[in-house]
Amino acid sequence: MSAGLDKGAGANAAGTGTGSGSGCVDPILSTVGISMVFGGLVALNSVDLSIERGSITALIGPNGSGKTTFFNCVTGIYKPTRGEVILYPALDLPSKSLKGLPADVITHEGLARTFQNIRLFNNLTVLENVLIGRHTRMRAGLWGALTRNRKTRAEEAAAIERSYGLLVTYGLDAMANELAKNLPYGAQRRLEIVRALATEPKVLLLDEPAAGLNIAETAALRDLISDIRENEKVSILLIEHDMNLVMKVSKKIYVFDYGRLIAQGPPDEIQKDPKVIKAYLGED
Amino acid sequence: MTHKITASHIGRVIWSEFKPALLASFWICLLAFPIMTLSINPTNQSFKFSLDRMPYLALGTFVLSILWRFFLKRRAFIGITKAVHQSEGLPEDLRKGPKPSWLTVVKASRYRRQGIYVLLAIMAILPFISSPYTVNVMVTALIYVTLGLGLNVVVGVSGLLNLGYIAFYAIGAYTYGLLNHYFGLSFWVCLPLGGLTATLMGLLLGFPVIRLSGDYLAIVTLSFGEITRLVLNNLTVTRGPRGISYIQPAGFFGIDLNGAPKEFLVNYLRVDPAMDINKIFTYFIILCLVIVTIIFVFRLENSRLGRAWLAMREDEVACQAMGINRTRAKLTAFALGSTWAGLAGVVFASQITFINPASFSFLGSILVLSIVVLGGMGSIPGVILGAIVLSALPEQLRFFSQYRMLLFGALMVLMMVFRPGGLIQSTREVYIHKTNGNGKGDGNGTARLEALTGAPKPEATGERP
Ligand SMILES: Nc1ncnc2c1ncn2[C@@H]1O[C@H](COP(=O)(O)OP(=O)(O)OP(=O)(O)O)[C@@H](O)[C@H]1O
Ligand SMILES: [Mg+2]
Repeated sequence: MSAGLDKGAGANAAGTGTGSGSGCVDPILSTVGISMVFGGLVALNSVDLSIERGSITALIGPNGSGKTTFFNCVTGIYKPTRGEVILYPALDLPSKSLKGLPADVITHEGLARTFQNIRLFNNLTVLENVLIGRHTRMRAGLWGALTRNRKTRAEEAAAIERSYGLLVTYGLDAMANELAKNLPYGAQRRLEIVRALATEPKVLLLDEPAAGLNIAETAALRDLISDIRENEKVSILLIEHDMNLVMKVSKKIYVFDYGRLIAQGPPDEIQKDPKVIKAYLGED
Repeated sequence: MTHKITASHIGRVIWSEFKPALLASFWICLLAFPIMTLSINPTNQSFKFSLDRMPYLALGTFVLSILWRFFLKRRAFIGITKAVHQSEGLPEDLRKGPKPSWLTVVKASRYRRQGIYVLLAIMAILPFISSPYTVNVMVTALIYVTLGLGLNVVVGVSGLLNLGYIAFYAIGAYTYGLLNHYFGLSFWVCLPLGGLTATLMGLLLGFPVIRLSGDYLAIVTLSFGEITRLVLNNLTVTRGPRGISYIQPAGFFGIDLNGAPKEFLVNYLRVDPAMDINKIFTYFIILCLVIVTIIFVFRLENSRLGRAWLAMREDEVACQAMGINRTRAKLTAFALGSTWAGLAGVVFASQITFINPASFSFLGSILVLSIVVLGGMGSIPGVILGAIVLSALPEQLRFFSQYRMLLFGALMVLMMVFRPGGLIQSTREVYIHKTNGNGKGDGNGTARLEALTGAPKPEATGERP
């Protein structure tokens, strides 16, 4: 199984992390030597990555380099073959290992994501999509649903209020009662992000949010991302092919190629890095 | 290049439409040739060959095929024009939501409340002015409403294809039948027990199948249905194919309803003297069960749990990413759906007082599934209508006797092609922005929302979008 895997982070081109395995001072989330193997294919090869609390971090790399796989491993959709995922909920709280936990538990712990190919609940309304995002922050069970007692009603009303508030803040309130599938593409991308925000995440993981958007919509998305970071006290990990967007919003960039990290650093360094240029443009 | 429409052009278009119809007609004639031309004369055991019926078959198929193609074309055309309309003034247009058909208007109408009261009043009077036969049909229809609503939770809301639903109905019926037969337990004791047993069986089946989805789930549940029937057929306690007879009807405080109460009803309310008053009582029991079911299902659909089910139906991966425990959501849906089947089963046993495994064949599961699909997946009024149509229709179609199932099948095919969402498509709850006294929401995310179709709260302004 470990046929093509490097042993430890030492061989990793980006293995510059300090002893703890986290490359920054105050990480909120870090992975240590995370690997994912599909049959014979090594989709992720011992990736050490960390996200600084409150920052926007970007993940770039050519197609098929393992970015989405990394998301899937971190959020529990896949169980990583090897490695650790550690969440540092707050400075004064103990860290938690997320490795191998099911996706719903990980969401509960404070990670929320969007998908590369939009996965909305198509036949439900925009408001209901966001309400489902509130699921982990609500408690009502079967009994509450059937009796609709005072507590349940209050909780429901609060959830609706909160969800609608999010729609107002992020400009989707006019479509609150529309079915998600009937939304224009740009609004669908936006709704997916708002739905993820409804889970009250500590870390928001966005998988190519600008894919398929036109120039105006991409500009709006950039504002949205900055707004979110200001409003919600959330750290963002962003996969994106739109270099313009990545360079503008992110503080730190990690570059993937063939499942490995080949570079990391602030945008201006990454832009000049010969390894990155080679990965994107091919051998010369 | 000119675009003049010539005679040959029209000819080509017509031919392109007619050719498939001709082919279909020919194909059907070929398939049906032996059945339609040969008939057996049982008295002297000889065959009779005649081509008399073939022209009708050929012509009939041809015409139907043309109609079929016409409607398909029309539907595609309407679809295109709709899409064009939608892509024009998007956001403004979107606020209105889907175009209301008369069926969806029923749900959003402001007279809904009054409508429900009138309906309830009619339902309450109906058994007293109907014939015993009609009451029986109505009880059956209401049992199917309960079954449909229960299966709707599993299939329509949660998207889990359960093809063995009738097994839970059987479990409910047999719970009452057996407990009544051997221990003389009454209906009222057995009603919750029947529901509970079905729930437990639902959980029991749920644990192993929870990892399956789609086709696999369908196959396993189908087998479960068959296994249940076969077990009931072969056990000695269940008295095998002979079934259990003389099950007591539901008791009413130990009063014999066919004594003094009947005399009163017949004399003063002119109730049909042939009526078995126990049947009327059963009618009211199942009516109450239906009402409670409707309330519960409606509440579930607009609750945290119900939304989890809907999310699971819509997208299994995204639902987990939203923090929904898929296993738990599936299990509750499965078990809860079974509960209603169990309850309906107990009522069924008390209605007909005789049950045997043959009453719970695979066809039953299919019928209930058809109710949900025909009515409209996930739509409460749809399922009710579907149940009434599908339980009353076969009674009306007795006239066609042997062609009944054929018509039934044709109806289902037509429905799926032309109205795949069912008779009454499910519409989602609409929330309106409640104005904060001075006619404006404060826009800071503290705006109050209220369900449009939910119970109006005292402070509601009552305005509609
Ligand atoms: N479930 C899976 N089973 C087998 N192989 C997979 C699976 N998921 C991903 N892979 C493979 O892993 C590699 C990395 O894919 P991944 O989707 O992570 O790339 P990516 O960086 O997100 O690319 P893109 O920019 O195109 O989205 C690809 O070769 C892909 O085919
Ligand atoms: Mg990807």
